[in-house]
Amino acid sequence: MIELINISAGYCKNIVLDYLSAAFEKGRLTAVIGVNGCGKSTLLKAICGILPIFGGDIHIDGMKADDMTRKEIAKKAAYLAQGKSTPDMTVEQLVLHGRFPHLNYPRRYTKCDRDIALSAMERAGVAEFSENPLYTLSGGMRQNAYIAMALAQDTDYILLDEPTTYLDIVHQLKLMKTLRELSDGGKGVVAVMHDLPMAMTFSDKVVILNNRRTEMIDSPEAVYKSGIIEKIFGAEIGLSDDGKSFYYKY
Amino acid sequence: MKYSAKYFSGKINIKWLYSAGVLFLFISAALGIISGSTPLLPGEIAAAFRDGFDSSAGTRIFAYVRLPRTAASLVCGAALAVSGAVIQGVLANRLASPSIIGVNAGAALAVTLCAALGIYGGWQLSLFSFIGAFAAVMLVSFGAKKWGASRGTVILIGVAMNSFLGAVTNTIVTFIPEVGVMSNSFKIGEFSGVTHQKLVPAVIVISVTIVFLLTLHNELDVLTLGEESARSLGMNTAFMRMLFLLFAALLAGSAVSLAGLLSFVGLLVPHAVRRVAGSKSSGLIGLCALYGAGFVCICDTAARTVFSPYEIPVGIIMAFLGAPFFVFILIKGRGGRSRD
Repeated sequence: MIELINISAGYCKNIVLDYLSAAFEKGRLTAVIGVNGCGKSTLLKAICGILPIFGGDIHIDGMKADDMTRKEIAKKAAYLAQGKSTPDMTVEQLVLHGRFPHLNYPRRYTKCDRDIALSAMERAGVAEFSENPLYTLSGGMRQNAYIAMALAQDTDYILLDEPTTYLDIVHQLKLMKTLRELSDGGKGVVAVMHDLPMAMTFSDKVVILNNRRTEMIDSPEAVYKSGIIEKIFGAEIGLSDDGKSFYYKY
Repeated sequence: MKYSAKYFSGKINIKWLYSAGVLFLFISAALGIISGSTPLLPGEIAAAFRDGFDSSAGTRIFAYVRLPRTAASLVCGAALAVSGAVIQGVLANRLASPSIIGVNAGAALAVTLCAALGIYGGWQLSLFSFIGAFAAVMLVSFGAKKWGASRGTVILIGVAMNSFLGAVTNTIVTFIPEVGVMSNSFKIGEFSGVTHQKLVPAVIVISVTIVFLLTLHNELDVLTLGEESARSLGMNTAFMRMLFLLFAALLAGSAVSLAGLLSFVGLLVPHAVRRVAGSKSSGLIGLCALYGAGFVCICDTAARTVFSPYEIPVGIIMAFLGAPFFVFILIKGRGGRSRD
C-alpha cells in the first residue's frame, strides 16, 4: 500500500498540495480526478520522488519514502509522465530501460532482462513492433510501448499521468482494459484522468482532489450517489441501467 | 508488422557497422601514415620498429611526423564526435555540438591564456583547456536550467556563449600579439603543430574518457527520455548530467589543445551515425568514436596531399567534404524525415 499522510508539495513557493492524505492499494485501479491545476500530477510526482515534498510522510509498503533511495522507489513504483518525448530509439530499447533500476554500473542488459522486456511487450501488445523506432508508431501504440516499459520495471505500483490523453476512443478503451487487467493481476494502478465517466466506469476507487486536498476517496458508486461531481466539476453524470457504466448528461 | 521490414535493424546491423567502422579506422590510419610529401613504404615502418626510430630518414618521418599527426587526427576526431553525441543527449537537442555551444571556444580561450603564460604543451595545457571547456558547458547547461530555458533556447545561449568567449580570446590576441596560437590555422583547426609533448596527455585523457563513456551508454539513453522519466527510473539526473558534461568537456578540451577549433565533426558524425544505425542507440558512442576518428584522419590526409606541396588546414577540407555530405544524409537518410 502507498500511504500519503498529511503531505505538502509543490513547486518552489507555489504550494499545490497541502495536508493531503490518501492511500493506494495493490490489486486496485484508483482514478485520481480533479479540475485542472488541482495538483493531480503533483501528487504522482511526489509519490515517486520526482518532486520533493515539503512536509508529511509517504509510506510505500510500510517503508518511509524519505529513507528509500531513488532506485528503491523505482523498483516499487513505475511512473509514466504526461508529456513524454519520443526519443530516437526502438521499442525494445525503450522497454529495456525499464530494467534500469534493477541493474548496477556498468549496466548491461542481460538475456534475463531481454526476456522480461519481451514478455512486457507481449502483454502490452507491442511485441511485433519491437525493432521499430518509436516515432513510426501511432500515439496509441507509443503509449503501449511506455506501458511495456513500466511493466518491464516490474513494480508493484504503476502511476500514470493522463494516460488516455491524445488517444482516440478505441485506444482509450483498450488502454483502460489493459490497466484493468493489470490491477486484476495484483498491481496497484493509479491513473490521473480527465474523462470522468471513463474514470468511474473502470476504477475500483476514485480520489477527488480539490482545494489542495482530497475531497473524497470512495468507490465510484458512492462518488456518484454523493453528487459531488456536479458540485466540483459542474457536470452531471448518469449511470446506465445495467449499473456498469457512467456517462455525461449534457 | 507494417513497418518491420522497412525499419528492421537487428543486431547484425550494429555489428556490421562496428566492423566497417574498425576497417574504416584502420584504412584511414594506414593512409595517413603512408601518404604525404614523402610516401613511406611498409618496409620503412617495419624498420622503425626493428632498428629504432632514428635509423634512417624514413623511420624518423614515421616516428616524429606521421605517427603523431595520424594519432592526433584519430583521437581528435573520436573525441569531438563522442563529445557531440554526449552533449546532444544531455541537452536533448540535436543541434548541439561542442563547437556550436561554446565548449570549444572555452577551451580555446584557456589555450590562449596558457600561451600568454608561456605554456605550450604537456599536462598543464590539457588541464587548462579542460577547465575552459568545462566552465563553458556548465555555464550553458546550468544557466539554461536555472532560467528554465527551452531546448531551443539552450542552443541560443550556447551560441551567445560561443561569440562571447571568442571575443575574449580575440581581445587577448589583439593586446598580446605574441600569443600566436590564435593564428588562422588554430581557428580553422589543423594538426601540423602536433608534438609528442602535446599528444601524450591528450591521447591518454581521450582514450580513458571514451572507454568510460562506452560503459555509460544506457545512462545517456535514459537521460534522453527526459528529466521526469529518467528520475522515475531511479536515476540521479543532476549527477549524471554533470558527469556527462564533464566527460564531454574533457574530450572537447583535449581535442582543442591538440588541433585548435575543429568544428563540424561534433555535429556531423553523430548525425551520420544515427541516420545509418537507425534507432539502435546502444552503439552510438562506439560508432561515433570509430567514424569520427576515421573521418578526421582521412580529411587530414587529404589536407596534406591533395594540394601538395601546399598544405591546407584540415578544417577547410572537413567543411568542403562535410557540408555537402551532411546535407545529403539529412535529406536522403530515412526519406528526409526530420525529427528532434
